[in-house]
Amino acid sequence: MTAGVRTRDAQLLWVAAGGAVFVVILPLANLAGFVSDYYLNLFGKYLALAVLALGMDLIWGYMGVLSLGQAIFFGIGAYSIGMHMLLEGSGKGVYGEPVPDFMVWNQVYQLPLFWKPYKFAPVALAAAVLLPAALAALIGLLTFRRRLRGTYFAILTQAIAFAVWLMFNRNEMRLGGTNGLTDFKSILGFSLSAPATLRGLYLITALALAAALVLARWLVRSKTGLVLQAIRDNERRLEFLGYDTSGYKIFVFAISGALAGLAGMLYAPQVGIITPSQIGVLPSLEIVIWVAFGGRGTLWGALLGAVSINWLRSVLTGTYPRLWPIILGGLFVTVIMLFPEGLLGIGSRLQAVLARRVPLARAAAPAAQAYPPSDKI
Amino acid sequence: MALRTEVVSRVAVGLLVCAGGLLPRGAAAAPGAAGPDIRVIAGQLAEPATQATAIAALGGLTDPAVEPLLRALKDGALYRWNTGVAVLGDDGALRDLAGRPVLDSRGQAVVPREGQEAVALEEASFGRVQAILERLQVFTGDPEARRSAAFKLGSLRDVTAVPVLAKALEQERDARTRTVLEEALAKLRLLAPVAATRADAARALGRLRSESALAELRTVLEREADPTTRQSVQAAVQSIDSFVFHRSVVGYLFNGVSLGAVLLIMSLGLAVTFGLMGIINMAHGEMLMIGSYTAWVVQELFATHFVAHLDYYFVIALPLSFLTAGLVGLALELGIIRFLYGRPLETLIVTWGIGMIFSQSARLYFGDQTSVNPPTWFRGGVEVLRGLIFPWSRIFIVVLALGALAALYLLLRYTYAGLRVQAVMQNRSMAACLGISTRRIDALTFALGTGLAGIGGCALALIGTVDPEVGKTYIVDAFMVVVLGGVGKLVGAVVASLGIGLANKLLEPAIGGTAGAIYAKVAVLAIVIWFLQWKPTGLFPSRGRAATEAAEAG
Repeated sequence: MTAGVRTRDAQLLWVAAGGAVFVVILPLANLAGFVSDYYLNLFGKYLALAVLALGMDLIWGYMGVLSLGQAIFFGIGAYSIGMHMLLEGSGKGVYGEPVPDFMVWNQVYQLPLFWKPYKFAPVALAAAVLLPAALAALIGLLTFRRRLRGTYFAILTQAIAFAVWLMFNRNEMRLGGTNGLTDFKSILGFSLSAPATLRGLYLITALALAAALVLARWLVRSKTGLVLQAIRDNERRLEFLGYDTSGYKIFVFAISGALAGLAGMLYAPQVGIITPSQIGVLPSLEIVIWVAFGGRGTLWGALLGAVSINWLRSVLTGTYPRLWPIILGGLFVTVIMLFPEGLLGIGSRLQAVLARRVPLARAAAPAAQAYPPSDKI
Repeated sequence: MALRTEVVSRVAVGLLVCAGGLLPRGAAAAPGAAGPDIRVIAGQLAEPATQATAIAALGGLTDPAVEPLLRALKDGALYRWNTGVAVLGDDGALRDLAGRPVLDSRGQAVVPREGQEAVALEEASFGRVQAILERLQVFTGDPEARRSAAFKLGSLRDVTAVPVLAKALEQERDARTRTVLEEALAKLRLLAPVAATRADAARALGRLRSESALAELRTVLEREADPTTRQSVQAAVQSIDSFVFHRSVVGYLFNGVSLGAVLLIMSLGLAVTFGLMGIINMAHGEMLMIGSYTAWVVQELFATHFVAHLDYYFVIALPLSFLTAGLVGLALELGIIRFLYGRPLETLIVTWGIGMIFSQSARLYFGDQTSVNPPTWFRGGVEVLRGLIFPWSRIFIVVLALGALAALYLLLRYTYAGLRVQAVMQNRSMAACLGISTRRIDALTFALGTGLAGIGGCALALIGTVDPEVGKTYIVDAFMVVVLGGVGKLVGAVVASLGIGLANKLLEPAIGGTAGAIYAKVAVLAIVIWFLQWKPTGLFPSRGRAATEAAEAG
């Protein structure tokens, strides 16, 4: 048990150190001129995506449910805040019409009914988080209650993501079609072209991530967290013991949906655009890879994976844009096949090697056993 | 007939080279059989004073013999020669109206003298000559040209064309052309001043189910005073309307079946890899892509090495695409997938990654879009109803899907290899105890599944372009088919693919609008999810423990 406590303390130390770097040091360095506004904004984007990865780790890493629809929830969050920001700037567009510019291109001069509530900031902010949560709960209700699980659930969410992606691409949806929503001017009255606003957004994102991390840690360490892991490891047995597993699954799926919506809400104003290409099957699968790359079922790994892969993407899509899909696909294969425990697994492997001074090969053996092939994950 | 053809072609050969290839071969009429003598007409046409009157008189002419003459006049190849006229051929020699070369006293072919001018066609008459020539097209040798000319005359609302059409109809033997002629005639007679003629025409149009006359019939109905005529026009409109409706329903049904066949080909492979083996292969769509590119490569090879037998590339490409995709599948199974057995969700992620690598590699190597030319045998189609054509390529895909289904069924059910496959999938350890090499069966079964996708890709190349995204287009639907049909049963895949195909294509027009196809897809998905509420294991669930485990694994 002492070993467990010690590792927990070590983890907390890491979290505190990381938090200090991102929440305090990075913005201060930016103020002092050591970190450019561009990089601060870039990290703000990564941290928003880390919130998304956190939700995925909760359902996939801890509960073993593979949702290929997380990007829909992210998209709803991003579109909600995007709609609000566009309405805030409406009338100031190129055409001076009371509707966003893209509607003018489609000969729409009257604001569609479902856009109207988004004029009010509290409604938009609430919708960004609650709509995805409600949609996730609905999908969960329709599937988990009917014992559609495992691969069936993955295939169904994939199909839903595909359908939603198709619909968001249509101009008839009045959501900007393939171009998505862009050309945001201000958020809650603060101009988006001012560095101070972006710094504020960064800070809010970092704090939101910290809060989400604390919430998720509390959740997985509670009794509920144990049930989640039991669902992952043997759902049938848990059912025989009298647990209503579908209730737990719906609950956690809704939380992950809310986290994805929150991530989208933080992402859109910092990046300045949201398009249907960020909704759909591939973006959803990418989230899975972030989590797997960092180390699933650890929370901390999800953050590490989201930040590192997105950083890698920024670097590589700049220099080798045509090779990026191949690199990403290669990551899908190698991470799952060769590093089932992700970056954190490599870390603990190295730790074991250093601490016990055992040969690398022998230290690797127990790690490989963590996911025996017969185990249904 | 033989005589006529011979005579006319003798006239035509010499005269009409100047017509720039628009040579009417075997025009069906004898010169001088009716109407005024062609020489007289020629003389009138050659004189500027009588030209306009002569042309006007030709308006109601039903004799195609004057066609070469008019054409030469229009093209500026008509010359006055001695007492009569002559036509300048492409070879620069003059010929008389019977097509014989005009010879001078020494027996040499004459050419127009320097400065000799062709007979001028008045600017004002040019359009009229053109119109007469178009009318005479209803007598040409090519049935296709006759039909299009007749259709055009029918829509021009020029009632002076009625005698020409009537004459053409009298002579016509080809059934399809007769229909077009009758339709054109009836459309013009609809404008006749006599009410009885109009009523007759309306009845004829109703009987012919003439869709193109629908608008005209409606306008006639608005201003028609005669009650009996009104009645028949009304009846005609109704009969055409209901025909058009039924035809579109048949068309949608065929589209649905054709989409169902595509989905079936796609999901037969999945029924093997996912249904039998429980492997979620997200790279299945890319196996299809490999089949498509195989077809393309074989076509290119034939185009450079065996141009004479280009059409036969497809005969080679079809089995080769099975082999290529199957071999790639075999390599995948041996190299990657066998390490992931029992871990379906991780298989899903890994195979998706493999799919991304394949499709991007294809994009880098082959470019964004290439296309396969279907063999000439697949051009055109069967006209099932008037105006509704089932293309041969689509029919071929339906047949191929059924063939692949039958082959797979027979293979699994009646061959030794198929029985071993079933044994391994149903009870692996028992099969192993009986001496079956389960590893080999696994690898070969997976290769069979991917090979089927390859065949599907080769067939899909016939009806669409070959692009790296082709797999992504169908993979989601194909998985829906397998989930809806129930894992492990071929009949489930058949019913589900047909159902999803039909639902898509019937909902599309029912929803309508530019986004009909998208909303139809979304609606089908909603229906499938609703259906799974009711039957979570699909339409035809297989019973037993293995099946339950396959459905719930993960």
